[in-house]
Amino acid sequence: MAKATFVVPALRQYPQVPAVTPGTMAHSAPFVAKPEFQAPLGFPGELADDWQAQAIAKMGELLGKYRSLRVYMDSCVKCGACTDKCHYFLGTKDPKNMPVGRQDLMRKVYRRYFTLVGRIAPKLVGATDFTKEVLDDWYSYFHQCSQCRRCSVFCPYGIDTAEISMAAREIMDSIGVGQKYCNEIIGKVYTIGNNLGLPGPALRDTLEGLEEDVYDETGVKVRYPIDQVGADILLVTPSADFFAEPHVDGLIGYGKVLHEAGVSWTLSSYASEAANFGMFIGSYENMRRISQRIREEAIRLKVKRIIFGECGHAWRVAYSFLNTLAGPWDFLDSRYPVPQHICEFTYDLIQQGKLTFDKTQNDDKVLTYHDSCNVARASRMGDQPGGQFDIPRAIIKAVCNHFYDMDEDTIRDRTFCCGGGGGLLTDDLMELRVKGAQPRVEALNNVMQEKGVTHMAAICAICKSQFTKVLPYYGMEMDQIVSLHQLVSNAIVLTPREDDDEDDDDEDDSQALDDDDSESVDEAA
Amino acid sequence: MSFLTGLYAFAFYFAALVLVAGLTWKVVQYARTPAPLKIPTTPAPITGSGVVLRMTREVVLFESLFRGNKWTWIFSWIFHFGLFLVTLRHLRYFMDPVPTPIAFIQPFGIYAGFAMVLGLAGLWARRFLVDRVRYISSPSDHLILGLLVLIGCSGILMSFVVHTDIVSVKAFFLGLYSFDLKPLPADPLLLLHLLLVAGLMIIFPFSKLLHAPGLFFSPTRNQVDNPRERRHLAPWAARFEQR
Ligand code: HEM
Ligand code: HEM
Ligand code: SF4
Ligand code: SF4
Repeated sequence: MAKATFVVPALRQYPQVPAVTPGTMAHSAPFVAKPEFQAPLGFPGELADDWQAQAIAKMGELLGKYRSLRVYMDSCVKCGACTDKCHYFLGTKDPKNMPVGRQDLMRKVYRRYFTLVGRIAPKLVGATDFTKEVLDDWYSYFHQCSQCRRCSVFCPYGIDTAEISMAAREIMDSIGVGQKYCNEIIGKVYTIGNNLGLPGPALRDTLEGLEEDVYDETGVKVRYPIDQVGADILLVTPSADFFAEPHVDGLIGYGKVLHEAGVSWTLSSYASEAANFGMFIGSYENMRRISQRIREEAIRLKVKRIIFGECGHAWRVAYSFLNTLAGPWDFLDSRYPVPQHICEFTYDLIQQGKLTFDKTQNDDKVLTYHDSCNVARASRMGDQPGGQFDIPRAIIKAVCNHFYDMDEDTIRDRTFCCGGGGGLLTDDLMELRVKGAQPRVEALNNVMQEKGVTHMAAICAICKSQFTKVLPYYGMEMDQIVSLHQLVSNAIVLTPREDDDEDDDDEDDSQALDDDDSESVDEAA
Repeated sequence: MSFLTGLYAFAFYFAALVLVAGLTWKVVQYARTPAPLKIPTTPAPITGSGVVLRMTREVVLFESLFRGNKWTWIFSWIFHFGLFLVTLRHLRYFMDPVPTPIAFIQPFGIYAGFAMVLGLAGLWARRFLVDRVRYISSPSDHLILGLLVLIGCSGILMSFVVHTDIVSVKAFFLGLYSFDLKPLPADPLLLLHLLLVAGLMIIFPFSKLLHAPGLFFSPTRNQVDNPRERRHLAPWAARFEQR
């Protein structure tokens, strides 16, 4: 078991709603971004003397820009339906982690400065001045929300606390109080191209390595091309896929599927990141700037389609926002949705009978599936509502013999967050991450006890990283979390192909591209 | 014209003005504020008619609340349905002749008053008994419940115990349309009932009662899930495109 400086919650067979215990997480706050990491995102470096006036002005601006914020500030009736829905409340007992408790941190300021009653009789409606204490509470608790939207499912008005914490983070950024983790990462995307800061040569190295590994293991030459002008498909995947287990096994799986499909595809070293942390900090402009990189690459590489790898919030931005942020996509092949999820791609091939699997390759595992929040509640796959639940499960069932779902209350659109989403996947929030994972781990533990489940598949880089780190705190193994396409990769039967001639052509292409590439990286820097 | 009649006439003109102007202002504000991104809580309908259906289920059945908390849902639905019937029944004070459907529901309407108060009592009890709901309640949450309970109880008392002259009440309200003030019966219960109702009308646009119009403008509920098919662009966001 991993060492903890806090008490790891006990796992129970039946979930319990804890008694409200104020202040248990008041000490939890992520590191603040240094001024040099604020500037590249267009934010001031530190708090100015008139920060309060600035913050209120910014709030007014956002109220005029986002209908969600405007309507949600007014509409809550304090019915309490959301109070027991947040994994952070369930895991920490802190009432400011109840969705409405979190919203109220902003609502009390809203009421004070933007409503008649709050101006005249603040006590009556729980309005308060925007003091430094309130700001500290904001910083603490708006960084205890993974923007998972579970609360919005149950709220009678669909009040989405994620919208509110995004707005709060944007207000804080605008007065110079940014979060180190998110803002540094966004900076890396601008300068290097991805969250992990992996430069082009490193990516090419990794991919060559993968090609060799897969060849050694299967005797089939599966290609992992990058920066290939004229490929049909641009694959955009979270940079974790280039880097660590179990992510990289997923990337191997995508390559094998694309190989079997017989399509030409490429990764990009410039748009080498599917993740878009601009969403976490609620910044439309930064989110757009990151998305535009994908558009630039799609144009430069002359691709016809865009496919996204396994990443939850990236798929939200891709599915729900990419058309808005970086569209229109009229220069791409209109027969395919833009963008497509790798699961949609794999599923279509399975439907067409184009993939052969040896399911016994996964017989050492009994699987369950973790619906990632952003996929489950903020996007779709396929052409029917709910495809985001059915398609991944259909793929798992096509490649594995043993699959069991977790409790109905904890899957599909009621899925519990892994505890590390929304820009909280940082070591300075370890206590929060462990405690927030409790409801999910509890449900996992139950299917482990009852059905003998050994592994949990996920399609999100954040979920995978979070579980890898957090499961050991609960006495589980870090490799119990697997990539969905890792299962596909294990079971897929590859057909050998002769593609040596092609190789030479590609070499030239990528050569030509390298030059372009360094230019654009400089531009971005 | 008595002082009371004049006072109440003024109160209701004022309350009606605040209610209509305030709600219009709010609704226009909601409608004018763009929703720059597609954020329906999925799975969401992929067609416009699907969204109409989803909204109807939310407004009529409180579908999300049903999934969220059964007790709150039961009390809330009883309260709102009671309120709805009571409101319909009350329409007879404001219309002449009374339309058949309104006349038809009169007998049910009487009992709806009890349903309304019962639902309110249940909702109020939660604010004391459930620690999480107690934590999030501010004085205004209790006051609104108290206000509605008082309106309901004074109404019920008039219907069943201390009757008032409803013919005169109707004449008074119909007269207000044409600024022709007819005497209002000076029964204490009626005066209390009406005073509180005027109060309710006035606080409506400034309180959480905005949940009623708010629901219709909630982007997580009223958006069609079609972002890949249709490009969605808010005016303020379109400005970035020109650069
Ligand atoms: C479109 C019409 C309406 C819809 C869909 C609606 C829906 C709801 C829902 C779902 C709740 C949350 C559950 C609860 O706490 O009861 C609620 C609460 C409430 N509604 Fe409505 N409502 C509507 C109109 C009204 C009107 C016209 C009034 C008042 C005159 C009203 C008064 C209240 C009050 C006071 C509460 C809070 C109850 C509490 O304190 O727990 N509603 N409404
Ligand atoms: C200007 C508006 C209103 C007028 C003139 C009015 C008048 C009355 C009168 C005269 C009665 C007695 C009926 C009888 O003796 O049979 C009554 C009953 C009642 N009123 Fe009102 N009222 C108004 C608004 C409201 C509102 C907004 C509510 C709820 C929030 C309400 C709730 C009730 C209830 C529950 C009863 C008892 C049940 C019933 O007779 O329907 N009233 N009202
Ligand atoms: S969005 Fe998720 S993390 Fe945030 S308050 Fe709601 S349930 Fe909690
Ligand atoms: S469920 Fe919605 S209306 Fe009810 S308390 Fe939570 S945020 Fe407010």
